[in-house]
Amino acid sequence: MEQVKCECGHVNPHGTVFCESCGKPIVEDSTKKLLDMRYEGSARRSQTYNKTIIDKVWNFFSSVKVGVWLIVITLLASAIGTIYPQEMYIPPNVTPAEYYEEQYGWTGKLYYELGFNNLYGSWWYMLLIASIGVSLVICSLDRVVPLYRALKNQGVVRHETFLRRQRLFSVSKVDNYDKLIDEVKEKLTKRRYHIREENGNILAEKGRFSRWGPYVNHIGLIIFLIGAMLRFVPGMYVDEVLWIREGETKEIPGTNGKYFLKNEKFTFEVYEKDKEKEVFQEAIDRVGSGMVAKNYQSDVVLYERVGPIVPGEEPKLKKVKEYKIRVNEPLKYDHYALYQVDFKMNEPNKMSFHLVDKNTNEQFGLVTVDLRNPKPAYDLGNGYRVELLSYFPDFYFDENGNPATKSKIPNNPAFVFKMITPDKPKGEVSFVAIRQTIEPLGDNKYKMSFAGLETKNVSGLTVRRDFTLWILGVGGAIFMIGLIQGMYWNHRRIWLKRVNDEVLFAAHTNKNWYGLKNEIKQIIDGTELVMPIDQAEEEKKGAQGGDDSGATK
Amino acid sequence: MTVAQLSSTLLYIAFILYLIGTVFFGGAIRDKKAKRSTNRSATIGIAITIIGFIAQLGYFITRWIAAGHAPVSNLFEFTTFFGMMLVGAFIIIYFIYKISILGLFALPVAILIIAYASMFPREISPLIPALQSDWLHIHVTTAAAGEAILAISFVAGLIYLIRVVDQSKPSKRTFWLEFILFCLISTLGFVLVSTSFKAADYEAKFTWIDKNDKEAEVVYSMPALVGPHKGELQTADRFEPIVEMPAMINAKKLNTVIWSLIGGFVLYWLLRLILRKRIAASLQPLVKNVNLDVADEIGYRAVAIGFPVFTLGALIFAMIWAQIAWTRFWGWDPKEVWALITWLFYAAFLHLRLSKGWHGEKSAWLAVIGFAIIMFNLVAVNLVIAGLHSYAGT
Repeated sequence: MEQVKCECGHVNPHGTVFCESCGKPIVEDSTKKLLDMRYEGSARRSQTYNKTIIDKVWNFFSSVKVGVWLIVITLLASAIGTIYPQEMYIPPNVTPAEYYEEQYGWTGKLYYELGFNNLYGSWWYMLLIASIGVSLVICSLDRVVPLYRALKNQGVVRHETFLRRQRLFSVSKVDNYDKLIDEVKEKLTKRRYHIREENGNILAEKGRFSRWGPYVNHIGLIIFLIGAMLRFVPGMYVDEVLWIREGETKEIPGTNGKYFLKNEKFTFEVYEKDKEKEVFQEAIDRVGSGMVAKNYQSDVVLYERVGPIVPGEEPKLKKVKEYKIRVNEPLKYDHYALYQVDFKMNEPNKMSFHLVDKNTNEQFGLVTVDLRNPKPAYDLGNGYRVELLSYFPDFYFDENGNPATKSKIPNNPAFVFKMITPDKPKGEVSFVAIRQTIEPLGDNKYKMSFAGLETKNVSGLTVRRDFTLWILGVGGAIFMIGLIQGMYWNHRRIWLKRVNDEVLFAAHTNKNWYGLKNEIKQIIDGTELVMPIDQAEEEKKGAQGGDDSGATK
Repeated sequence: MTVAQLSSTLLYIAFILYLIGTVFFGGAIRDKKAKRSTNRSATIGIAITIIGFIAQLGYFITRWIAAGHAPVSNLFEFTTFFGMMLVGAFIIIYFIYKISILGLFALPVAILIIAYASMFPREISPLIPALQSDWLHIHVTTAAAGEAILAISFVAGLIYLIRVVDQSKPSKRTFWLEFILFCLISTLGFVLVSTSFKAADYEAKFTWIDKNDKEAEVVYSMPALVGPHKGELQTADRFEPIVEMPAMINAKKLNTVIWSLIGGFVLYWLLRLILRKRIAASLQPLVKNVNLDVADEIGYRAVAIGFPVFTLGALIFAMIWAQIAWTRFWGWDPKEVWALITWLFYAAFLHLRLSKGWHGEKSAWLAVIGFAIIMFNLVAVNLVIAGLHSYAGT
């Protein structure tokens, strides 16, 4: 690689704008009075090479302009995704194609056809995020390496042009230079400047680490994005649903048969009038007593399997812990977390019937059907017996008018019973559903009369295990550190150079010039130094022809 | 007096004090003799503002005690808190830069925000299960503080634009600047119209047919200019709607928006008739002594300070809580997405400023857009776009 040697003797990489050490411009560019200090005039790859395809890709992604465009496009795309609800938020039992058109008319249809119903999972949205990631990496590398070099190699003694072309600059006539230097050094030290001195010239610097802030926060973002990507790696992420009834013990899905859960009890509470604190009464009155949820809670016991899994054998379980799962209080164990997310109150569990003589209303025994696990026959003694010929847990009539079931969940149970009695030994058949009895084979003597329903509550839990969380946490933390480092501190430098009996004073900060000016005011107070002029402001005034405002008088 | 009543009184006191504070900051500008940036009037102004802030802090603490949870759980409480943080951010920035003109603009914005908040149900409500967490106050207060600090950049940007936009002839810039001021005035319009109809106890009940073809009931608290779908007025002697809306549109909310805009229009044109020039042109003399570089710097400082706070509160704390309460740290809920949009916008702002040299007027316009996004997330996402966060509404 070519190198450029400055007259001060320092060897700079090819592409350097002004010497890393003394600051003398290498490429003379006198159109602008002030030096562009943004990256210390360092040799950035993107500004130096533009031949191969790699150069071109590199230059494309290293451009802040491209980065900002990527941000803006992502921003607009994200906004479009909030016009109508995303598919994950529409009711689960509808067809999306119909739903969007039905609810939102032709705009909804268009929204669906353009794929905006799943915008955040679409390939082009992912591509945008990925491009931002690439841009972050390349932008950072393009700048941080040469910037680090330039700041590391900076010399104490700077070339006069470098100082004259700083934004804050002044020339002062000084009688007693040694006294001045001592005074200034003392004040700078008090203000926590790190001072380097060479032949009576001074470089005072503080807060250089804030220059690394942007790169640190970009690293944090990249780690975060990698963490988000790892979610798609099998095994990193478990997301299952567990519906579990009161009294039931079930294997926890996603744990490979290792853990089991028993649901002791589900509780749903609402805020009721006169039961809550006085201050809440007005609010409860407005929306109505019992209308606002207070608590969703599943009291559970967590079990762990002991010994190996033997197919067809009841697992041996060891109790691990009891817990009350509430919203905001998931049960956590062994990287798994169980969340309270849904519930179903009063699901039919057991239904009982009396076998009754229709004429005399005499009862001959009680049949209790477990709706999850019905027995095929119930012996009532004395020759009375009831057989369950068919069972429809979630009963409806199908298109042919035949009884059928929608699911295995006993939402609307219906039964075909055969009642065998001493006087009807062949049995009578009766179809029994809720508030409905059909006698398909003619008039019966006996009937199954509804005697009671026992219900149970069902907890809807989500099972999660997410090994990417800590990576996201680390990424987030690094991002915050970088952000604070870059935003809440600034990198200030002050140069003093003695030229004969004059002192050149120049200062630079990467931001917050107001603060730097105030600081300089206090540093030069009581010394022979002249307050530096803000040359950027002077330039602006000059450009406006002496009038410092566009305001009408 | 109960704690809850004491709390309301303190908020009322704070509100009045902010109004008085604004007057004194106005006086500080008029003071021609002193060319210094601060003077006696400004000192009184900031003192009153600080007392007002303490009063509002008292409101916040007493309400917390009364409710047993941080009062940031609904739209009224959150917006009020946002107003308080805005005043707090102003006080801090004031002590860094000592510029009284900032008070003349920041306080009215805070007053408008608090007045707007008061139009929503104000009772202390119990928390739904999803909100029963310490993260409620950790996440919401940090997010509000971040947004409030960012809002200061809007105030500085507005001052910058009023000073710098050439008012001698109409242009795109004068139009958009007037538009910003019109939006602020419309907020006032909303407050005045709502308050008037509330004072008159206006209520009109309608039965209507919703989009699922079911009959529903709705109570308007303002005369219905636009009525609900197939709406039938049930209350006697009330205004009959002029236009009927399709079932898809929430006619009641649209009606409120229309009334607010009418209120805003009336106020705006009344002001223009009295002043006989653009509002921004009439405000221009107030800001003629503002140092543009300092205004620009304040705008940037506010973003530099506010952006990390916003990130922490509105994204990081939000994700931690979402993981605990909703089982996932991110779910593309509209409020989440708009927090991301706000964040992306200010990220773009910082990149444009630091790398592309967008200082001064460009930066001021961006600060205004940023505030518009924050307000959109606060108002529209709660009231218009339904999502998990919409419990924060009414």
